[in-house]
Amino acid sequence: MTTTTASARPGERTVGKSSPGAARGPRRRTGRIRRIGLPYLLLLPALVLELLVHLVPMVIGIVMSFKELTQFYIRDWSIAPWTGVDNYRISVDFDAPVGEALLHSFLVTCGFTVLSVGLCWFVGTAAAICMQDTFRGRGLLRALFLVPYALPVYAAVITWAFMFQHDNGLVNHVLHDQLGLTDKPSFWLIGDNSFVALLVVSVWKGWPFAFLIVMAGLQNIPKDLYEAAALDGAGVWQQIRRITLPSLRPVNQVLILVLFLWTFNDFNTPYVLFGKAAPAAADLISIHIYQSSFVTWNFGTGSAMSVLLLLFLLVVTGVYLLLTSRGRRSTHA
Amino acid sequence: MAAPRSFLWTRRIFLTLLTGFVLLPVYVMVSSSLKPLQDVSSEFRWLPSELTIRPYIDIWSTVPLAKYFVNSLIVAGAATVCSVVIAVFAAYAVSRYDFPGKRVFSVTVLSTQMFPGILFLLPLFLLYVNIGNATGIALFGSRGGLILTYLTFSLPFSIWMLIGYFDSVPRDLDEAALVDGCGPLRALVRVVVPAAIPGIVAVAVYAFMTAWGEVLFASVMTNDTTRTLAVGLQGYATLNDVYWNQIMAASLVVSVPVVAGFLLLQRYLVAGLTAGAVK
Repeated sequence: MTTTTASARPGERTVGKSSPGAARGPRRRTGRIRRIGLPYLLLLPALVLELLVHLVPMVIGIVMSFKELTQFYIRDWSIAPWTGVDNYRISVDFDAPVGEALLHSFLVTCGFTVLSVGLCWFVGTAAAICMQDTFRGRGLLRALFLVPYALPVYAAVITWAFMFQHDNGLVNHVLHDQLGLTDKPSFWLIGDNSFVALLVVSVWKGWPFAFLIVMAGLQNIPKDLYEAAALDGAGVWQQIRRITLPSLRPVNQVLILVLFLWTFNDFNTPYVLFGKAAPAAADLISIHIYQSSFVTWNFGTGSAMSVLLLLFLLVVTGVYLLLTSRGRRSTHA
Repeated sequence: MAAPRSFLWTRRIFLTLLTGFVLLPVYVMVSSSLKPLQDVSSEFRWLPSELTIRPYIDIWSTVPLAKYFVNSLIVAGAATVCSVVIAVFAAYAVSRYDFPGKRVFSVTVLSTQMFPGILFLLPLFLLYVNIGNATGIALFGSRGGLILTYLTFSLPFSIWMLIGYFDSVPRDLDEAALVDGCGPLRALVRVVVPAAIPGIVAVAVYAFMTAWGEVLFASVMTNDTTRTLAVGLQGYATLNDVYWNQIMAASLVVSVPVVAGFLLLQRYLVAGLTAGAVK
């Protein structure tokens, strides 16, 4: 894959080398000014929009988190009274209802994310390895496997919600009526089972991405490594363990991080599956913050929770990048 | 490689199970969309008691599906075009020029991508409401406002992917164009963009897909006239009845364009994601 290797390091050095090259040769005096100003001119639209959709809202969000922003002040949030760090204190007071619920939701999200990312990675990698050789129907199967990724979230998840219905769902029909595995039809969208339901849907939706990325990564492993190993008498399983998996490590480091961030922040799946209020067992943090803000109309606390979530993600991502010692390269990846 | 029998069987079983898992909801979607209402409201059955295309006719009148469809098309289309065009310029600048603040810019772009949507939802909501109150420009509830919010995720992603892709386009190409007397913009449009078409298509497909499937902003930032499919589909569940057959039919109808487009452009997307993500 020439594209992959060529773009491996879009660092400053390559660019630095090319610019003087471009600057050589006879140029008018305006050329220099243009060349210095040009990158900024090209960036201008992106900068303005980034400012508008990211930086301004972020600053507002941080300001909001220090205000008592209830429904009375929504029309003009600038007159909402300052409360200092009250919103943060409420959010992390784990003995009081608000903090306790947030902690619970945070722990649920952590458990859910670890399981979902692990399963997505495992299924995706296994499928990619299975599809490494050519066989009849491989192209068709590959297209099929990408369908969950391509389907709009609400269409796919609403179908799962239908399958998990208590009275008329496929899941209970199979488990109870056809296989007799349960005494009576279970509830999947309320109570403790909702965690399982959410996990199943999340893995169904998420594994094709891991599959895609791992498949791409597999193409970069030189064929002669396998040939050499085969000559040395290594079987398929040994080749997978000794060559495939170690070679995938750099790919996996980025993949796991991306899956982690997406799963941890996922709002769409639980929202379509459960509606505005998720059952306690599947109360993911995004839904929880949404609920705390738009249902109980306390934007101040909601903002404080959002900022805490962001800080958590920044710390985790930072530590992860340090640990995988690919920090500099991964920030570009 | 000559794989042993145990591996071949493990592979066969695993791939069969996985295919079943992937296709199960698709089967439910298709078969339920062809069932009469009493069929989907009672105990689940693998095969319809009678086949009917009635749900496909009724979906358009139960809720104003056509209107939601148009809204989604406008919003997703505009968000895609905006983010791709803006990202092409920005990525070109980052990929080809060295300038102070470049690193800050690329790190900022990358890090905003990992921020939770919920973080931007509350401030953007309040910002739009307040801009509306102060200036009378209706961002809240309008398509324009929604397009703008969709740039929160499609723009950083597009910039990030295109930087990677432009880096893979040999510099000699546009340097030759510059030496030949092309301006930088002409070099971009005539040389770099055509060479990076797969990457640009990949970014566009991705941006369109995510905008088409977005739920969070759509459920807060739209009103009766600007509602998108993501929110509109909830209309099939009324207080008295849940029209599951119509929900499934509508889900299928709104999925077909994106899935077909995705599968057609699959190769580009895979290549683009590879260049952007696998390093």
